[in-house]
Amino acid sequence: MSSNTVSSNSDLTIVWVYPDLLSTYGDRGNQLILARRAGRRGITARALEVRSDQPLPVTADIYLLGGGEDGPQALAAQRLITDGALHRAVESGAVVFAVCAGYQLLGHSFFAKGAKCSGLGLLDLNSDRGPGRAVGELAGEVDPRLRMPTLTGFENHGGRTHLGPDCAPLARVTSGVGNDGSTEGAWRGKVLGTYSHGPALSRNPALADLLLRWATGLNQLPALDDTWPDKLRAERLTAVGAVTR
Amino acid sequence: MPLRAKVASSVSRTAAALSRAAGRGDGSVIGGWLGLKIDKDLLSHLAAGRQIALISGTNGKTTTTRLATAAVSVRGEVATNSYGANMPTGHTSALAKAGATPYAVLEVDEHYLAQVIEATHPRVVALLNLSRDQLDRAKEVAMMAQLWREALAAAPEIRVVANADDPMVVWAAAHVELVTWFSAGQRWTDDSWVCPECGSAIERVPAATDNGHEPAADWHCTGCALRRPRPHWTVESDGVIDPQGGWHRVFLQLPGRVNVGNAATALAVAAQFGVRPEQGATQLAQVTSVAGRYAQVERDGRVVRLLLAKNPASWLEAFDMAEEAPTLLSINARDPDGLDTSWLFDVDFAPLRGRDVLITGDRAYDLAVRLEVNDVPFRHVLTFADAVRAVPPGRLEVIANYTAFQDIRAELDRVL
Repeated sequence: MSSNTVSSNSDLTIVWVYPDLLSTYGDRGNQLILARRAGRRGITARALEVRSDQPLPVTADIYLLGGGEDGPQALAAQRLITDGALHRAVESGAVVFAVCAGYQLLGHSFFAKGAKCSGLGLLDLNSDRGPGRAVGELAGEVDPRLRMPTLTGFENHGGRTHLGPDCAPLARVTSGVGNDGSTEGAWRGKVLGTYSHGPALSRNPALADLLLRWATGLNQLPALDDTWPDKLRAERLTAVGAVTR
Repeated sequence: MPLRAKVASSVSRTAAALSRAAGRGDGSVIGGWLGLKIDKDLLSHLAAGRQIALISGTNGKTTTTRLATAAVSVRGEVATNSYGANMPTGHTSALAKAGATPYAVLEVDEHYLAQVIEATHPRVVALLNLSRDQLDRAKEVAMMAQLWREALAAAPEIRVVANADDPMVVWAAAHVELVTWFSAGQRWTDDSWVCPECGSAIERVPAATDNGHEPAADWHCTGCALRRPRPHWTVESDGVIDPQGGWHRVFLQLPGRVNVGNAATALAVAAQFGVRPEQGATQLAQVTSVAGRYAQVERDGRVVRLLLAKNPASWLEAFDMAEEAPTLLSINARDPDGLDTSWLFDVDFAPLRGRDVLITGDRAYDLAVRLEVNDVPFRHVLTFADAVRAVPPGRLEVIANYTAFQDIRAELDRVL
């Protein structure tokens, strides 16, 4: 077996990419939430953490990229480009979910420490510096094709992101800044990024289930008791005056 | 002291007294603020002629300041900012209020360390630790370490007492000539996996367990020469080992291993003023609570103990301090707490499994979602009073972040 394939008895392998570089705001949460929501449906999930000095496996099902400071973000992009495994995984249909700095480095270019850096080009977008940091609650109406309720999250970033024609915005901003004050996040195929940082899935269980459906190929997943996530969603959306549905 | 400074100092004391008398606050900020308006160099003037220790870090600085103050007091009167007002206004108030004292031990917010070093020319600076704290506005950890490093490089004559277990602290103090290293352990390591010097991975090697005690891990950078220095002061079996190898039993009224570590730091600081560890150690037992933290209050047959936990590292310490008893967790996300609750997923709440866990606070739902993912069963209550009623007579441990802690203190009628 080559060192960068994954073999396990689990149904799903969920990789947290470079926790040594891309981990600032409870980023671990997304991996924990996906594994738990899979497990509750009888889908066994293996959670892997792959550090930046290790080769990334190409055969995992879901890849998670977290937030990070400028230096580590630039380093992570460099290593992922050199490693090449994430590109190959995406070509073979893997799911990628990226937040904040991880989202920016999926694009063609981003700015870190005042310099323009090359991204992975997995999403058709470019990021640059904005007029100021966007910090606070973020909410938006999600692309109807994804069949999801309102997106809610917390954002904290200095960059602004401009989408090209080859990817679609994840949501239309109703509160906060997101990409540029009007759109938020981006997706294409099974690659999805958002400025809703850290444990973004904690407030958006439907987004977690979308990623799980993509990864398993199942059209529908059994419903879970989402009493607490729903209360949290309602509270946060009320706090920003967004309409819940 | 110049006339302007005398006037400013007097106004500062009066304003603080008025603030207390009016019930508007404890006066630890307003007095200093007014004094500095009249004389911007007031802090320097008030510091002149005193031997000063500054204590800074993300966690443990209020407690360590309190313990070091107790230890240094064997040498003479000590001025200190004991209400945790840890910015220059608070330092100014504290020194003005104390009048002339030969010594001062001041807790310093980590962002203000450079400024306060410049104003007070301390004899000693103690560096406890650096970890993520209020990320929606605080400086990132690596940037903070860089600021400390520059501040210390600009003041080479200062003696530094620093934590050998935290790579960020060691790097910040790497070029200081006179460093006394202490080992107080580091339970939280998620902010120091990457070397601040060269960007390589930091490797930790757990030390072999001896004497039934859990010693601190050794660590080194895999890419450069940065490694854990050999500590002069260490902790062993409820006691502190001094640089000569002498073991001193430390009787503390504060819970948890983390506070034995804070005691070691306090004794290392006091030693810089000529306090012998056995003299200092006896003083530490007098400290019962620190700004309401660790205090126990009886309410309707429940013995309530308050623990403050404001960031991931301090939550891990709080779990260690709390006894196996019903535990109330309270979370707010108001301005002083930071508006972002994402850090909840950086804390592993698993140590609470098997306890009766109650949750409350403005952001109880964030906590609810986190605990559910963590497989920790809980009950949601709307108020602190409801929590007290919901548990049987006996101990109730309360762990809360900053404003949630203040709310509960207020509800206990500021009796602490």
